Amino acid sequence: MSVDRSTVVRVAHLARIRVADEEVDKLQGELNSILGFVEQLAELDVSDVEPLTSIVPIAMKKRTDVVTDGGIPQKVTMNAPLAEDDFFVVPKVVE
Amino acid sequence: MTDLTALSIAEARDALARKDFTAVELTEAYLAAMAAARPLNAYVLETPERARLMAAASDARRASGEVGALEGIPLGVKDLYCTEGVRTTACSRILDDFTPPYESTVTTNLWADGAVMLGKLNCDEFAMGSSNETSAFGDVINPWRRKRPDGSIDPTPLVPGGSSGGSSAAVAAHLAAGATGTDTGGSIRQPAAFTGTVGIKPTYGRCSRWGIVAFASSLDQAGPFARTVRDAAILLKSFASVDPKDTTSVDLPVPDYESAVGRSIRGKVIGIPKEYRVDGMPEEIEALWRQGIDWLKAAGAEIREISLPHTKYALPAYYIVAPAEASSNLARYDGIRYGLRVTGDDITDTYERTRAAGFGSEVRRRIMIGTYVLSAGYYDAYYVRAQKVRTLIKRDFDIAFAAGVDAVLTPATPSSAFGIGEKSGGDPVEMYLNDIFTVTVNMAGLPGMSVPAGLDAKGLPLGLQLIGRPFDEETLFQVAEVIEQAAGRFTPDKWW
Repeated sequence: MSVDRSTVVRVAHLARIRVADEEVDKLQGELNSILGFVEQLAELDVSDVEPLTSIVPIAMKKRTDVVTDGGIPQKVTMNAPLAEDDFFVVPKVVE
Repeated sequence: MTDLTALSIAEARDALARKDFTAVELTEAYLAAMAAARPLNAYVLETPERARLMAAASDARRASGEVGALEGIPLGVKDLYCTEGVRTTACSRILDDFTPPYESTVTTNLWADGAVMLGKLNCDEFAMGSSNETSAFGDVINPWRRKRPDGSIDPTPLVPGGSSGGSSAAVAAHLAAGATGTDTGGSIRQPAAFTGTVGIKPTYGRCSRWGIVAFASSLDQAGPFARTVRDAAILLKSFASVDPKDTTSVDLPVPDYESAVGRSIRGKVIGIPKEYRVDGMPEEIEALWRQGIDWLKAAGAEIREISLPHTKYALPAYYIVAPAEASSNLARYDGIRYGLRVTGDDITDTYERTRAAGFGSEVRRRIMIGTYVLSAGYYDAYYVRAQKVRTLIKRDFDIAFAAGVDAVLTPATPSSAFGIGEKSGGDPVEMYLNDIFTVTVNMAGLPGMSVPAGLDAKGLPLGLQLIGRPFDEETLFQVAEVIEQAAGRFTPDKWW
């Protein structure tokens, strides 16, 4: 499988990365090189194989659903590019 | 006084205990070496004030009789580890001057055992790379240089490997007694091989991932760089812990790895996988591998040819799984909560401009591949298939271990260190092939270690890789020590 220009543009938008028109051709070439490389997996018959979902055979640890942390809004927002009164300031998202 | 930075961790530990010198003196020696080695670009942030305070505190603890396992040992920290109050960037512009209000579990363990932080080490952006050429802080220069056939030095700058290139260069050049690294596809073992240092990626789940910037969560694992096998064992004991903050941290006691160093390997079964003989592999690497086999045989190990038939599919499967997980993990960098923000016309435009400005080209490429393979209509064809192949890769190892193999011996890399710019041209796949011998280990969640085994004709270090059973790092240290004893240790000539 390979990607065309419009797919590159669509994927870039899905990934929320702005791509300039003049960058699309180069990206298309690079993505197709990687997709061409992974194509060899198609040689394998995996119809009877279960996908690996957990690399270590242990049951996932669970804990009681209680609050274990919090009350530190200054720490939470201290690295924000824009914050005010312990809130993140974002561009207007609701009309 | 001899050069304190030339001492191994074990030697420094014993000398500190004898009060031959203080932690402050040892730290000052490293800070001076770091200041003189800035052309290597190994550190992205030196923290001398903090180092001096930590060293003085260590000396005070020692005076009161309180001595941790790493008391007074100066270490460098890969800039992927969050360090409280100290800028942490993953060597990406998108994190800007992010300063964590918390400390990663692994570094918390190191400081609790008395270690001293020298600074933050360069790496590939978000640990994506095999040459440290994708860092927003620029390339790291390998302290090793090629020798020409006439014995003169070729000044061409070489890569230190990646992604933990600052860690490998710093340990090799004696700019830290040891360093932290992370390994998602080979990012500890490949740079260790390129710099003549020892690097171990422990079993998935052995070290907590909490507070380490995530790349591919099912593959990432923390591990140490050191100059000797013993030092790596000492460090791993402190790295490893059971951590309730990481649900994949495995609830097993941490062994005393150092006690495995020097233990006989008589009767150990060492598997030699025939699939690791790849086309175009330099004869020197083949010869090194044969040499390693002979050393282990001479030490009483049984050598057994084994087959890991799905080896060749590990790298292509990795380049689906790792980007898929990365695209999800890196969705958090949106310009809202931390790091860089480039304001656009609306929220989506802000996201898109921020991420275009903040991510470098390799990271952007991997996010897009990941987004594509997870997108509607392609998920089964790519991602699910890759996860099935992963099952086959793991099964190959399970079969070998069930048949009695204790550890697997392979080359660590298909070549010695290459020149800066030599492989970062048009085709990204050329760079990816560097990890051909290391990536299977991450795909199967196993422990893997790179140990220096010799120099090539150009005078550059080469490493051998040992792969172990899950949570059997002790056997790796045991076998690696035999290689180190036979091969000796390798230190670059200082030119910087």
